[in-house]
Amino acid sequence: MTLAGWIIMCLSVGLVTVLFIWCLYRVLAYKPPVEKLHGIDDIDTHDVESD
Amino acid sequence: MTAPGNKERWSSRLGVILAVAGSAVGLGNFLRFPGLAAQYGSGAFMIAYFTSLLVLGIPICWAEWTLGRYAGQQGFHSSPGIFYALIRHPIGKYVGVLGMLIPVVIYMYYVYIEAWCVGYAFYFLNGRLNLGGDVAAYGDFWSRFVGANENGLTLSTGHNQAVMFLLLVFALNFYLIYRGLVKGIEFFCKYAMPALILLALIIVARVLTLGTPDPAKPDQSVLNGLGYMWNPGDVGAQLRNPQLWLAASGQIFFSLSVGFGIVITYASYLTRKDDVVLSGLSASAANEFCEVALGGLITVPAAYVFLGAAGIVGQGTFGLGFKVLPLVFSKMPAPWLFGAMFFFLLFLAAITSSLSMLQPGIAFLEEGLGLNRKQSVALLGLLTAIGCAFVVYFSKDLKALDTMDFWVGTVLIFVMATILIILFGWGLGLERGWKEAHYGAEMRIPDFFKPIIKYVSPLYLLGVFALFFLFNVFGWNPTTGEFKPTGYVRDLIGPEPSTVARMSLVLIAITVIFFLILIATAGKRWQKAETAGKPETPKQT
Repeated sequence: MTLAGWIIMCLSVGLVTVLFIWCLYRVLAYKPPVEKLHGIDDIDTHDVESD
Repeated sequence: MTAPGNKERWSSRLGVILAVAGSAVGLGNFLRFPGLAAQYGSGAFMIAYFTSLLVLGIPICWAEWTLGRYAGQQGFHSSPGIFYALIRHPIGKYVGVLGMLIPVVIYMYYVYIEAWCVGYAFYFLNGRLNLGGDVAAYGDFWSRFVGANENGLTLSTGHNQAVMFLLLVFALNFYLIYRGLVKGIEFFCKYAMPALILLALIIVARVLTLGTPDPAKPDQSVLNGLGYMWNPGDVGAQLRNPQLWLAASGQIFFSLSVGFGIVITYASYLTRKDDVVLSGLSASAANEFCEVALGGLITVPAAYVFLGAAGIVGQGTFGLGFKVLPLVFSKMPAPWLFGAMFFFLLFLAAITSSLSMLQPGIAFLEEGLGLNRKQSVALLGLLTAIGCAFVVYFSKDLKALDTMDFWVGTVLIFVMATILIILFGWGLGLERGWKEAHYGAEMRIPDFFKPIIKYVSPLYLLGVFALFFLFNVFGWNPTTGEFKPTGYVRDLIGPEPSTVARMSLVLIAITVIFFLILIATAGKRWQKAETAGKPETPKQT
């Protein structure tokens, strides 16, 4: 195996491996944004005296 | 424009990526790619390969994901329905026939090859494939097993083992399809794809640690095997060879399953806010990893270590896979284990692809004709069984298989992919398509892809298509400038035509006509639903 062969193999295999791992990481690490829904406790109806 | 459509959706993002990657990863990743890279000199080949990936594979992939999700929001999941929604003209649905015809016809022969893989895995386990050191013995075994010596051989008593395996995998495919998108395809791919990668990694480790198994042949070492695969030749001269560009771009094209009508169908089951950019890139990256990093380190180096260069040269995909590699594995320590693992790996690669070939047909029968799952599975099962029986019966020299693979599995895919990329860049409009692709996207497509998608990809694709016709249809010899039509053409209109090749074309034509009639019926149903203002939902099972 020549030096050029090593370079081509490492570049080709390395490129697709890094791309695959990067994509996998991005997909698995992604957390979908939590939709904020207002519950009853969040609604201030102004009908209760605070003190 | 809305349409009758079912409410099936992918259950997870990883699930859809693995399903699309499973569709893309097939036998070509492990058998065809390494052979081409070694044949054309890896340095030049990989330059052409990665160029094609950048300007052809990934852009078309993004276009298919985007168009599929876009049409899916309007209730369409089948190719005729998707094109009906995209072209917004009644004629559009007929253009979509290609997206149904291609996967269904490919399935008719692909499932047979899938059966060979299971059969070989089984025969390695029970020791029947330990046929000694003569490659001819493996060639004879394969010819008898697939019936390549005589038409109808595999259906006769004593030679029907391949048919038994075929029935098994045929039933498994339809069982999984019957279970549906999430419980069938997604569930299976979630386990099959990681298992495939794990098996491939084990085999890579085994191949890379072979050393020099025969001290009497010191040149047949794993390092020299890697050198045979990866050492570059005269890169400049090789890059001037148009056939190298044709081979590299063709490999990218078929390997990523773009233009089959499959990705567009799978993407139609995404919701509006699901990402398509990163998902499309991830599925392509998974396919490339399996092809270059796994396939590139297994097949050719292993064959070289045991057989030398002479054992590899001139072997096609089937020759390398089913004649040379069984011999190679039989020479390794624990042949039953590594042989069975490799062919089971090929089976997993094949079944995740064949499953994806059935979904476009099922989707059409359900949304176009309003059939329930049982009815659609039964109808598609009958149709593919007829086609498959044709391929199995006319097995001499695999003529039927080869003819269908060439005219549908190669020529029509070029046509379909060209339509898709033009539709994205020019039909939907680049700016609109760009905006649509980025809705819900987790990464941006770099802006330099805009001119690539609009101009470079279609032109490159048309150029490759022209080269393909020149070399593989008209048989152009660039040195002499002469044209000598290839065997595929001579089989049809030559002085000694092949009856089986002609019958294969007739079968394809009948399938097209049948699908066009069904599409016309579906069109009436869609128009009726539009006029009534409420979609007709398919009957539930």
